[in-house]
Amino acid sequence: MWVHMFGYFSASGMNEPDIKCERLAPSEYQKRFSDIKPAFNQNQALVESSRCLYCEAAPCVQACPTHINVPSFIHRINTNNIDGAAKTILEANIFGGSCARVCPTEILCEKACVRNFEPECQPIQIGRLQRYAIDNFSQEQYPFQRATPSGKKVAVVGAGPAGISCAHGLACMGHDVIIIDAGTKPGGLNEYGIAAYKLVDDYAQEEIEKITEIGGIEWKLNTHLGLDIQLDTLREQYDAVFLAIGLSDKRTLSLSGEESAGVKHAVDDIAELRRTENLSQISVGKRVVVIGGGNTAIDIACQIKRLGAETVVMVYRRSVECMSATWKEQKFALLNGVEIRTNCQPVAIQHDSGKVTGLLLDQTVGNSDSAERISIDADIIYRAIGQTMCCEHLALDKEIPEIQNGRITVDEQRRTTVKGVWAGGDCVDFGENLTVQAVQHGKEAAASIDRYLKTGG
Amino acid sequence: MADLSCSFLGIESPNPFWLASAPPTDKALNVYRAFEAGWGGAVWKTLGEDPPPVNVCSRYSAHKSSSGEVIGINNVELITDRPLSVNLSEIRQTKKDWPDRALIVSLMVPCEKKSWQDILKQVEDTGCDGVELNFGCPHGMPERGMGAAVGQVPEYIEMVTQWCKESTDLPVIVKLTPNITNITLSASAAKRAGADAVSLINTINSITGIDLDSMTALGAVGDKYTSGGYCGSAVKPIALNMVGQIGRHPETAGIPVSGIGGISNWHDAAEFIALGAGNVQVCTAAMLNGFKVISDLTDGLSQWMDSKGYKALNDFRGRALAGLTDWKYLDLNYKTVAHINQELCIQCGRCFAACEDTEHQAISVKPLSGEGWERRFEVQKEQCVGCNLCQITCPVNNCISMVRGNEGSEYLPWVRHPANPLTEKP
Repeated sequence: MWVHMFGYFSASGMNEPDIKCERLAPSEYQKRFSDIKPAFNQNQALVESSRCLYCEAAPCVQACPTHINVPSFIHRINTNNIDGAAKTILEANIFGGSCARVCPTEILCEKACVRNFEPECQPIQIGRLQRYAIDNFSQEQYPFQRATPSGKKVAVVGAGPAGISCAHGLACMGHDVIIIDAGTKPGGLNEYGIAAYKLVDDYAQEEIEKITEIGGIEWKLNTHLGLDIQLDTLREQYDAVFLAIGLSDKRTLSLSGEESAGVKHAVDDIAELRRTENLSQISVGKRVVVIGGGNTAIDIACQIKRLGAETVVMVYRRSVECMSATWKEQKFALLNGVEIRTNCQPVAIQHDSGKVTGLLLDQTVGNSDSAERISIDADIIYRAIGQTMCCEHLALDKEIPEIQNGRITVDEQRRTTVKGVWAGGDCVDFGENLTVQAVQHGKEAAASIDRYLKTGG
Repeated sequence: MADLSCSFLGIESPNPFWLASAPPTDKALNVYRAFEAGWGGAVWKTLGEDPPPVNVCSRYSAHKSSSGEVIGINNVELITDRPLSVNLSEIRQTKKDWPDRALIVSLMVPCEKKSWQDILKQVEDTGCDGVELNFGCPHGMPERGMGAAVGQVPEYIEMVTQWCKESTDLPVIVKLTPNITNITLSASAAKRAGADAVSLINTINSITGIDLDSMTALGAVGDKYTSGGYCGSAVKPIALNMVGQIGRHPETAGIPVSGIGGISNWHDAAEFIALGAGNVQVCTAAMLNGFKVISDLTDGLSQWMDSKGYKALNDFRGRALAGLTDWKYLDLNYKTVAHINQELCIQCGRCFAACEDTEHQAISVKPLSGEGWERRFEVQKEQCVGCNLCQITCPVNNCISMVRGNEGSEYLPWVRHPANPLTEKP
């Protein structure tokens, strides 16, 4: 575990980094990492669902990348038809359960809700109602059945939401699917990329089990595309291939001192926080700086603060309006005691004896060109400046799908430039890299692959 | 401040709100609490002959909105199940301790003259202000030939009312059942017999719902259930109509009316009085909120009267009766057209769905360019028949208004309309 990779803990010298585990009393960990948005009870769900206006051509449906029929499922909740509500959701979005928890609804369905207008100025809590419907679905299995087996086999590379969504769609249509993934567990970013308090109680795995219960889906984990298996081989062995390989290369800053111990990637520790059995054993700096302005930066900043860091400062090079973290996430960070500093361009990482001691920044004020050089002391610096696609996955193949600006090129049906190969999820997406968007890509690809397998073209 | 004091049949009360004869007025303890809270009067829960009836368990069930709000309550409780003597002595003491409050006693005995004479004599002796004949109870008692069994037959109403008028000098109020086809027939019968007033409505026969697991009704008694009496805000429109029809019918107009039925707030009370009610009786609102609700009832009524410049209840009593008429006298030339205030519109499209699917296709929808999901709903005036449905479905207050389309047009009722074959041609 990475905790043990560094051989140092809290030290005595002034400039010695103060990094240690067990910063909190044992009882605090559970409290600080329990569900941040607890489930609705029946009464809350009835009251909230009765606020829905059952809009005509509802904007929330259009705003959802998977086009869940929101007014209909809410109406069903309100009339105590919970199973009907869950079916409505799952038919459009097989990851309805985790999307209900992790979707930034404030920029999707809830942003479009007409209740945002005066006089209410408060959208329906669509995400929480969606969770209520899925959590209270009474049947053992998700309500899908496989069509007559087609005898066709499809390889899906990547066990994240895009890959599993595609696999489920294909399995429903009667095709056999093998899901290949480099990880030891399926789930992709739903398993490893979400703040622990957003998806508690191993929900990502529970949901995947439910989704794949339909049958016809085989797993091949611990298998790296490009290393253990090639796209060429998959194209020979399977009738179609869906690439949902995400963005596995982490961006670096190219700053002096970046190689110092204590300079980390946010995604690594976000994953570690999901993996660990014991949060108290995660070592945390006393003074932490997070570089970046997206939701990943917020996720690491808030989690580290909750693990007992004394100060957590998020630094972002541009203005607050440019931050990709939603206003709700920013507010959450502030509530957690994270300090957000904008217009701060990192210049160099300060270090001593190979260990990070601080971050040097140029801070600009307003539109002024002149910058003030400042430094922030830090025991740990996280980089949360995005990921890129790892092109080595496809390096050895004879025929390589077109890649532009670090993303695989696809058409509206998610077809790549290589016949029989589709792609979806973050590896094709220049947008927000949302779970719900990935699910939709998988759905669209499954429909296209099905047409291809049935018609051969 | 407006004067809320009320004189009904010469019975004075500090405000027009009486508690209706019902479970909240079954005992002195409850009535004292009500008077302490400020209620103007109470109609004691119906007394009958000994031995008193026995009640079942359970007694109430509710019709609720999906968010849990009570729309109406059904009950199967009978008249008082306490001995007559206990009630009489408590009534006597209550009137003594609360001389400024109206105290009426509700009565129901078998349809025999002697029974009524006997009980009236005993009740007179309590010092109460009047009696109310319960011809309305729709559950249990009619099976024994009392309550609504009397109220549904105008001849019985007339007969029993006459017996009572002959037997007592106390003011006699006849409480009517709404479980009939024409309320003016029952009210006329009471008037013919000399009743001093009618009170209405009593509860409406109902079953609030079926439990789809047990396949019995809500509020069932074990595996059986019976039709009960429905009350609460759901019944107000029915009660208002009946009060209004009595107020305008030539045979019943002018008889004092004590308005009852779903009065939940001051506004409801003012509506009954505007339709001619001399006072109002309330039960469900107290059962759901406690007696403290009286302070909001009186305060709201008084504030509103001040805002309108009404100094006393008589200043607006019956004011809404003038416009109540038959359909044939409605003005066929009167036109309104819906108008959507775009500043207030939240673009939910409920008006569009209602009009497009179920009415006259008089609302159009256009996407607003470059504004994401935003769209604009507009009324197509030529298609609009002024039905009000869009306004009803609109969730925003004052967003849709019905605008007068042809100010100053000539009054043209059906009785004079050229399309009416019975219209006299000039």
